[in-house]
Amino acid sequence: MGHQRLFTAALALVLTVGPAASAGATAPGRGEAGDAGPGFGARALQALLDGVQFGVIIAITAVGLSLIFGTIHLINFAHGELVTIGAVSAFFLNASASGPGWHLIPAALAAVLLGGLVGAAVDLGVWRPLRRRGTGLINLFIVTIGLSLLLRHVVLVLYGTRPGSYVQYDIQQTIELGPVGITPRDLTVTVLSVLTLLGVALLLQRTRTGTAIRAVAGNRDLAAASGIDVQRVVLVVWILAGALAALGGVFFGLVEIVTWDMGYKLLLLMFAGVILGGLGSAYGAMAGSLVIGVVAQMSTLWFPVDLQYAWALLALVLVLLVRPQGILGRRERVG
Amino acid sequence: MDFSAVLADAIRSGIGPIAAVFAIAAMGLNLHFGYTGLLNFGQVGFMLVGGYGLAITVVTWGGSMWLGILVGLASALVLALLLGLPTLRLRADYLAIATIAAGETLRIFYRSGWAEPTTGGVFGLQRFAGDFYALNPMPPGRYGLWEVRFGARDLWVMLVGWTLVLVIGLLLALLVHSPWGRVIRSVREDETAVRSLGKNVYAYKMQSLVIGGLLGAVAGMLQAIQVQSVNPDSFDPAVTFFLYTLLVLGGAGRILGPVVGSVLFWFVLTFVDSALRQAIGAGIVPSDVISTSEVGAVRFALVGLALILLVAFRPQGILGSRKEMLLGDR
Repeated sequence: MGHQRLFTAALALVLTVGPAASAGATAPGRGEAGDAGPGFGARALQALLDGVQFGVIIAITAVGLSLIFGTIHLINFAHGELVTIGAVSAFFLNASASGPGWHLIPAALAAVLLGGLVGAAVDLGVWRPLRRRGTGLINLFIVTIGLSLLLRHVVLVLYGTRPGSYVQYDIQQTIELGPVGITPRDLTVTVLSVLTLLGVALLLQRTRTGTAIRAVAGNRDLAAASGIDVQRVVLVVWILAGALAALGGVFFGLVEIVTWDMGYKLLLLMFAGVILGGLGSAYGAMAGSLVIGVVAQMSTLWFPVDLQYAWALLALVLVLLVRPQGILGRRERVG
Repeated sequence: MDFSAVLADAIRSGIGPIAAVFAIAAMGLNLHFGYTGLLNFGQVGFMLVGGYGLAITVVTWGGSMWLGILVGLASALVLALLLGLPTLRLRADYLAIATIAAGETLRIFYRSGWAEPTTGGVFGLQRFAGDFYALNPMPPGRYGLWEVRFGARDLWVMLVGWTLVLVIGLLLALLVHSPWGRVIRSVREDETAVRSLGKNVYAYKMQSLVIGGLLGAVAGMLQAIQVQSVNPDSFDPAVTFFLYTLLVLGGAGRILGPVVGSVLFWFVLTFVDSALRQAIGAGIVPSDVISTSEVGAVRFALVGLALILLVAFRPQGILGSRKEMLLGDR
């Protein structure tokens, strides 16, 4: 096994670095070019801060993905579209010329509600009938792919290809905190994200619904046998996942930009976070996403910005090699 | 509204070079998904390394096209080993996520500014298939019947492409009806049972992944040759989803499934596309409901809808058998 892993790592290097090896020889590293500004330590701290901010937003969206996997073992490839729907519906209520022009805060709340409704609608309208028909799990994965294509392009027709931003909190002055700077908007988003994650953790640990969710995730049959209504729990998980995805979408649209394929671009990072933390574990998804966010941002210290997502995905492959059950996953035979 | 033009468009697309490319790539996917039960969501990654292997060898390194084809196949082999070693021991869902991530990572790497001197970055690479077209025996001109006509170059690609489909189909038919084929089909049905019979499941899965991946690379090279260019954005993950749709449409786990699926898929897709454009042009569909620029998005949405309905109501497609395609938890 040890040799095999080394071999795989070497192959990984050949395949990804190979085509660019001659590139590295001819082009001087871009990192050193613009070093006139702040020192490395300050830039590293700034990247760490950006990474944490990015990571908590991924975490909000990834928790739902992980809970869905934990309860019904479905890998939801359409999860990115739930994120997009949240961001785009808030955009419609807030900034669109044909929308009502609400302030961002009520618009965001409405988008979160809508996200929950969409989550409930796909469970009741698509997954429950398919589960009842006895469609195999692998076929269900393919259905999520179809759903993702369908929803994404419906959004494209309705929203268009032009990126947009919300009316409020668009351009702000940075607050300087020693060597690092953050805008009040980004600080608020980060704090709210952390509070949301704490809220989800409290919900899972302290409420009856949360206990039921953990019971179903732990052992579905045993949960059903002890009188838990599994179908209801699954519906609650979908509502929660839809609402959290929508909230993450609004946050991401706020700190970055709203586009028709933003959720789809985040999807692979969510997967990376979820696998890194251990498939099916909600807290693992939070921890994993944080790591992914930090890896993506810190990589820009040494490598070009257009590769930052690729490093996060490479981290995913490396984790599968070394510890497939993830950081917080239970060690069990998975093959 | 010119109905015969719509029909001619659809036929041209259904038997055209792109349908052959997708048929070959889907045959590889069929070996993975239809016969072995491997959920490869990154078939486009194999197409990418195939197409780029060819293009980089010729344009960047100045090699010959035939060397480029070997490089393309070798890259696909490396990619298959790379993906398979960590994930084939794990549950099917891990392979699904790892392959989709790998395909996208490769696309990001190949299009990045860092790799631009080698891969051409966002611009891609052009003009590398001169050797291929130099072999074209047909004099320039347009050939065909009725309104369905092709240029000599397209016809040459089609001839080679559909011949490849035929040869690969025959080889795959021999392969899946051999003892080896019986083992991989049993891996799909019940992995534990196969393992308990003393077969090395991991090795069989790996062989299937490699062979199907090589077919993906062949398809990627044919596509690159047909347009005489490779561009990172033509290797979008959506290509894999198209492949799944046409595979499920034709019937997974059947040799002819991907071929029938590809022809029908491109026929229907182009028919809808062309008819919509004509209808908008003629004012039958008001352009404020769907504008011409949105037709592309509508067609993707329709593919998604078709995929959902097919898997839900007819998972065996046109040619498959329902009993074989109820894939459960593994």
